[in-house]
Amino acid sequence: MIRLVFLGRLADLAGRPVRDLAAVGPMPLPAILATMSAPLAAALADDRIKLALNGVVTPREGLVAGPGDELAFLPPVSGG
Amino acid sequence: MRLILTPFDPAAELARFTATHPAAGGVVSFLGQVRAGDGVEALELSHYEPLTLPAMQELAASVTQRWTLDGLMLLHRAGVMMPGDPIVLVAAAARHRRDAFAAADCAMDHLKSQAWFWKREQVGGQWRWIEPRPQDHDDLARWQ
Repeated sequence: MIRLVFLGRLADLAGRPVRDLAAVGPMPLPAILATMSAPLAAALADDRIKLALNGVVTPREGLVAGPGDELAFLPPVSGG
Repeated sequence: MRLILTPFDPAAELARFTATHPAAGGVVSFLGQVRAGDGVEALELSHYEPLTLPAMQELAASVTQRWTLDGLMLLHRAGVMMPGDPIVLVAAAARHRRDAFAAADCAMDHLKSQAWFWKREQVGGQWRWIEPRPQDHDDLARWQ
């Protein structure tokens, strides 16, 4: 199982802040995005959305998550 | 450095901080509170603990390294707040006031534009997310 965490407005798009994705082995990012609704996958494809794998900000290129991992999607932080 | 999930008393926190640093000749503090007006009924800050806390600790360490300080306090709220509620309290204690002013200013600019917090506000019963402002980026450039 991969735990997906959606921060900020992404939680609204995903319908919940956390989703557990059944995974039997390592999954590359495109395969993870393919399990999501089209609007959510499109929003997550935006380069301004940063990714954190197990609490470490990680580049998108080549990102692979597997069972036991936590993958967080981080929109730009709010100023104000 | 603390992340606080429930309301805090800035005056009490500041009194405790200044009492801890009697040798400091100056203490500069900044208090950010939820702005009243524009029909804002509530403000919610969400965070992601695995990133938010370590990044605030790194910020505290880098500000402490950059200026000569006796002490630095960073308190940040998360959760739902009402207009007038304190959001953030930064205080820097130093032998000389300029270090304290600069350290507090720099810490605030970084907290505002870089800390891992997502904000939404409630207006007329509807929640809406607050997007980043270009001004935050400009503020940060002052310290590079």
